[in-house]
This record gives sequence, structure tokens and C-alpha cells, in this order.
Amino acid sequence: MKDIPVEKNLVDLYFRRTLYGFAVLAFLLLGGMFAFLIDLGLPAFREVGPANLLSLEWNPPLKSFGILPFIYGTLVSSLLALLFSTPVSIAAALFLTEIAPRRIGALFGFLVEMLAAIPSVVYGLWGLFVVIPWLRTSVEPFLRDRFGFIPLFSGPIYGVGMLAAGLILAIMITPTMTAICKEVFHAVPRSLKEGVLALGSTRAEMLWIGVVSSSRSGILGGMILGLSRALGETMAVTMVIGNTAEISMSLFAPHQTMASAVASEVAEATGVHLSALGVVGLVLLLISGFLFLFLRLALKNGGHSK
Amino acid sequence: MMTPSPALLEVKGLKAFVESTEILHGIDLGVSPHEVVAFIGPSGCGKSTFLRCLNRLHEETPGGRAEGRVSLEGQDIYAVGTDPVRIRRRIGMVFQKPNPFPSMSIFENVASGLRLNRIAKGIELEARVEAALREAALWNEVKDKLDASGMSLSGGQQQRLCIARALAVKPPVLLMDEPTSALDPVSTAKIEELVIQLKKETTILMVTHNMQQAARISDRTAFFLYGDLVEYGPTTKVFTTPSDRRTEEYITGRFG
Amino acid sequence: MNWRHWLNRLFIFGVCSLALIALVPLFSVLFYVISHGASSLTPGFFTSLPAPVGEIGGGIGHAILGSVVLISMCSLISIPLGLGMGILLSEYSQKPVSRVLGVVVELLSSIPSIVVGLFAYALVVRPFRGFSAHAGAIALSMIMIPLVARTTEEMLKLVPRSVREAGLALGLPKARVILNIVFMGSMRSLTVGVILAVARIAGETAPLLFTAFASQHWFQGLSEPLASIPVQIYTYAVSPYEDWHAKAWGGALILILMVLGLNLLIRVFLPRRKDG
Repeated sequence: MKDIPVEKNLVDLYFRRTLYGFAVLAFLLLGGMFAFLIDLGLPAFREVGPANLLSLEWNPPLKSFGILPFIYGTLVSSLLALLFSTPVSIAAALFLTEIAPRRIGALFGFLVEMLAAIPSVVYGLWGLFVVIPWLRTSVEPFLRDRFGFIPLFSGPIYGVGMLAAGLILAIMITPTMTAICKEVFHAVPRSLKEGVLALGSTRAEMLWIGVVSSSRSGILGGMILGLSRALGETMAVTMVIGNTAEISMSLFAPHQTMASAVASEVAEATGVHLSALGVVGLVLLLISGFLFLFLRLALKNGGHSK
Repeated sequence: MMTPSPALLEVKGLKAFVESTEILHGIDLGVSPHEVVAFIGPSGCGKSTFLRCLNRLHEETPGGRAEGRVSLEGQDIYAVGTDPVRIRRRIGMVFQKPNPFPSMSIFENVASGLRLNRIAKGIELEARVEAALREAALWNEVKDKLDASGMSLSGGQQQRLCIARALAVKPPVLLMDEPTSALDPVSTAKIEELVIQLKKETTILMVTHNMQQAARISDRTAFFLYGDLVEYGPTTKVFTTPSDRRTEEYITGRFG
Repeated sequence: MNWRHWLNRLFIFGVCSLALIALVPLFSVLFYVISHGASSLTPGFFTSLPAPVGEIGGGIGHAILGSVVLISMCSLISIPLGLGMGILLSEYSQKPVSRVLGVVVELLSSIPSIVVGLFAYALVVRPFRGFSAHAGAIALSMIMIPLVARTTEEMLKLVPRSVREAGLALGLPKARVILNIVFMGSMRSLTVGVILAVARIAGETAPLLFTAFASQHWFQGLSEPLASIPVQIYTYAVSPYEDWHAKAWGGALILILMVLGLNLLIRVFLPRRKDG
């Protein structure tokens, strides 16, 4: 090996070590996230105790730090979003993959993706000045007049509130859910669709039986991913939900989610109040981590369906 | 199975695995300088894997592993502590499908081995690139567009570009893994001619799926079957009076 | 048979209309942002500080500058780290470290941005007793690093293995094959990935609320609170003043132009020139 000056293979070693260093940093960030949030939330556990934290009353000046109203607000607004978004996303994905001519489908898909590019705060602004007046003057009075006997549609109308949050969240998770549905529908074997058509079915029956029904587990996966997005979505919700830590059956009533509580209160919080908000953040982290693990395991087990 | 001497490359008991599957079951074989050795056999018989063991590229495939002794000029390339990178500088390789570096120009492709290994630069680099392109019989076709992308060439030209790239670092051994299988007959003829020319400069080990090609250009032929080396000897002998029944069956087209 | 025919029609019609409903918000948002925001976009809007409460006029120049500072700091941290992690994920995917990193990166990118902000608050704001540009940049980086790492991994995995093998067979050390051949060869698609990540970061608001916080002044140093376009939009939007609402729409228009512009630019121009 005379005529070749050997570049020491240390290059490889240092390169790999540097990359390993980056990886270790990522592990530290993740670990640090848990550690710092626990550290932030611990005083609340010690000073006010779990009974207070799990109560229905959030009133910092009175040293009540019950986070249940936030959990309720998060769950209901996210489920509402799923309720609105699922049919639209399924329809959008069907339109994209099965109905529209290729070029129109591509344009449509691009526009749906653009929906995901709009920043949350812009949705919040639009929600505040466009959606909420519409809800307050048309939708909610209509619902109350017709369905006021159902507790969901009763009570005073503010405009801001659960319904507005659910609606905006639905818009924000639609691109994600559409993308998943699109993938799932693409994976339906052509032979299955043709088989259904060969039975003399109409196109609609083929789409419903062959494509949508056979993709149920995939759609469910998309819904869970959508849910995990909705749970943590902050800005738009903070701007339209009304920031009131209460539990009320009415969809018209203002509420608060875990994310919006943290967003609207941390900057001015001190002491136990701050620490309780740390608990809220920790709960949100644990929920999103749990959903992540669930999705990963589900993907591993249901891998054959892809 | 006589080993010619002095051996340039000496293989003893070479076994190769992917995960726990044994693909080569202990191969012994020797190659002398300035020979063309052809490796034939049905597909999946391990001849490509064998080639990839000779420059320690097999271990880069996921799950790939090799055991045994391969010595290049008396030095075991599988000895503990041997850096595969140094081995690969001495043993060039040309692949089945032309694989120029997509983002590099023709010049940069040929220069890559010299430049990135800091072997040559400036005027010397240019001279060696030109020499390699001439050796690969590509110079006249590309001398006016050295800055064009390597991907802009035809398939046959791309393959000769890859040969030039391998030759630029002057390897004493050149491995070719079915280098003409993706090419048209005219390009194939050019590459075959080139291989015969290159014998003066280097030693060539070539896997081929085409027995006529082996007969035309090689000095020795090795016949692989199911991970074993069945027969190895002078090409004329292997093709006219094979000593193993299975070799005869294969070359007369009775199976494979 | 006839009712099935009509049901079929109805179903297809229903699917198409539901699908089109998905686009209503997009066009509505664009319409309102453009029609309400355009009138705010005077030169002064880009260059001056906010007017005191009650006075008409002023701009959000400080927030634009603040966003530029935050995005630059965040890019400086996230691009090298994200690219490095992406390389590890794609090129050393057999190594245990790389597999664990894959899960960690995915998990990091699924954590709500508000939680990331809270972490940055606990990590930087609380110990140093004050909101700062540093804290904001760290929070944004925690979001951008996984984004860059994941696109880098995807883009590098598109490079065929034969190209890597060609490099190795030339006797190049693996690091050189990765950096000079795989990485440099993917420059264009990596740039796209990074720009998309920047576009995503530019609109992030929640993690900045209590890290970089807000400010009514020009940039005053990295250890001081720093204004940014998205936080400014939020502040103005929830205020009771008409003039501030108009400014919020103006800020939203700038943000939308930037974000959608980057997205469009990439999708329209980059796929056309593939070889070069």
C-alpha cells in the first residue's frame, strides 16, 4: 500500500462518535422534558395534594387547583373535532383516490395540505372574527331554538366556547386524517374493489363496502392520530374557547383545555399556581406519550394491513 | 485444482453468511496477475457474493458476514484489525447496473476516488482522470463535456464511466459483477473488448451470466453451484473437457 | 334497480360535497386575511414600532425583526443537529442507537408544542429569572430538530444503495461516502426539507408565549424578551381595539404570505429540475 497515503480511518470513528453525541443529546432532551416538568409540578403535589388537583374547581387565588375542568375541555373539544372531521376526511380521501380525475385529485390534495400549512394563530384570528360571529348569530341560536331541550344545545350563547373550539380543531386535524385515510384507501387491493363491482354493485356500494368498510382499522388509526393532534393544539383553541375553567354540558359555554390553560396562565403565574400548571403540562405530555405508544404498537401488530 | 503461482489473490475456506444462512460453503481458489477469471453458474449460486467477499463489501449488506482467508499479495484481508477501506482501495469494483454518483459531473465521478482519498489534485488529478477515461475507452466521447452530469450518458457509457472511476485509483485487482447484463449488445461488445485490453494493467475477476462471454474473454473459468466451487481451470479446458459432470450439464444447457 | 341508481348518485354527490367542505376554511381564511390585512401593509407597518395604546398607527417592525432573530437562532441550532440525527437514522439504521433515536425523534415530534414551551420555561426562564430570546429559540428548536431529522432520514433513504456501494468500493471511508456522495447528492431535497421546517416554525406561537414572551421594543439582546410576529398577532387579536385587530390581520397576512409562499415555491419550482 505504498503509493496511497492512508487517510486514517479515524475519520469514520470521529464521524460516528459525533453522530452518537447528537443522539445522546436527543435522549437527554426527552429525559429532560420529563424531569423538568416533574420538577415543575412537584411542589403542587406536595403543597396542595392530589385531592385538590383532581377536584372540579380551578381557582388559583383561592388555592384551588383542580385540573378536571381542563381534562374535560380537552377531551370534549377533541372528540367534537373528531366527530366533525372524520366524515369530511373520509370523503376527502375518497374523492382524492377514487372519484376525482387524477389532475383534479392532485390539486385537491395539494389544497388540503395547504390547510395544514396555515399557522395555528391565524386560525385563531379567523375563528375569533369570522367563525365566532357566525356561530353566535346564526348557528347557535338555530340549534338552541330547535334542539334546546338537549342539554348540549341549551344555555346562554357567547360565541366563544366548546363548539367554536371543536370546529376549529376539526379544520386543523382534517389534513392529517385525510392523509392517513388516503394512504389506507390506496392500500386496498384493486382485486377487492373489482370483486365487489363484479357482484353487480354500484360505484357507491363499491366505495362503501370495498374501500371504506375494509379500511376500518386504518381509519381508526387516523382518528387516533387526529385525536393526539387535537389534544395538544393550543393557540387557536386558546383564542376561541373562552378560557373559563368550568364543566358545563352546554357546547355553547366557554371552557378551557389543558393546552389553553397553560398558554394563557403560565406567563403570569408564580408559586403553586405555576407548579399546578406544570402538572397540567405533565398530564398532557403523558397522554400524548401514551397515544404515541399505542399508535406504534397498533402499527406493529396491524402492520400486515398496510 | 492446481493453484497457479505466484498467486496474486489466494482464497482459503471462504464461507459467507446472510443472517444465519450459509451462502458460500468454503471456497478455495487462487488467481495470478494479469489474468481474466470468469465466474459462471446459475443465478443464486453465490458467485456475486463471492466477488463481494473479495473487497469486503459483503459485510456491508445487512446481516452479511464472511469467514475464512483471502490474501492479497500475501496479506490476509480478513486478518483482525485490517481496515476494509484500505482493502477496497486495492481492489476496484464495477457493478451490475451502472451507478455513477448522481450529483457529480463526468470529471468529478472519475476524480472522486483520487480526490476524496486525497491521492491527487490539480494537474496530476486531471492527468489521471484523462488516463483513466482513455483506458476505459470513453475519453473521445466525453472529452468535450467533462462537466456534464454522469447521469446524462447512455447506459453503456455510464458503465464505462464506472470502469474509469474504478481504474483511476489504479487497483491491482478489478472485480466486475455482471457488468454487461444491463447493456445492449453494442455496448457489451465494447466492454468485452475493454476487458481484454485492461488485462495488461490489472487483474480482472468477472461474474457473468453469459457463458459465451466467459469463453470469449477469460483465461480461467470458475463454475459455482449452490454455494460450492465445482470446477476451476483454464477456460478452454472447462468449456471443452470439464472434469465434473455437473459443469458439463450446465455448459451444455441441460439446467440452469 | 332505480332506487339503487339514485342512491349511488346521492352517495357520490354527498362525498364530493363533503370533500369540498374541507376546502371552505382554506379559502375563507385566505379571503379574510387578504381582505382585512392588505390595508395594514404600509411601509411603516414593516419598519416602525407599535404606537402607544389608543393612538392609531405604528407597525410591527420589532416583531418582524424578532421573528427573524428567533428563526435564525433556531435554525443555527436545529439544522446541524437535525441533519446529523437524520444521517444517523438513515445511514446507521442497523445500530441500536439509531433505532432508539428513531423512536425518540418520533416521540419528540408528537409532543404538543405547548409542552415543549413549558419545558423551555422550566429549563431557561425559571433558573435565569426572565423571559429571553434564548428560551424562545430553544423551545422552537425542540420542535424543529425532529422535523429536520425526519425529512433528512427520508431524503437520504431515497439514495439507492448501489451509489453507497460504489463509494465504498472505491475505498472511501464510510464517513466520506455519506458526506461527499450521499449527503451532497441530496442537497436539493434536503434544502426543501429544511425550508419546509422553517416555514412550520415561523408560525409557532404557543411555545413562545412564555419563553421569548413579547416586547414593545426593538431587539434588546438575547437575554431579553423578544417580540415575534405570531405572538404579536395573538396579543393584537385578543385586544379590545379596532386598530389592533387590523394590525393582527396585517401580521397574519405577512405570516401567510411567508408560509404559503415557501410551500408554493418548493412545490411548484423544485420538482421540475431534477438533474443538474
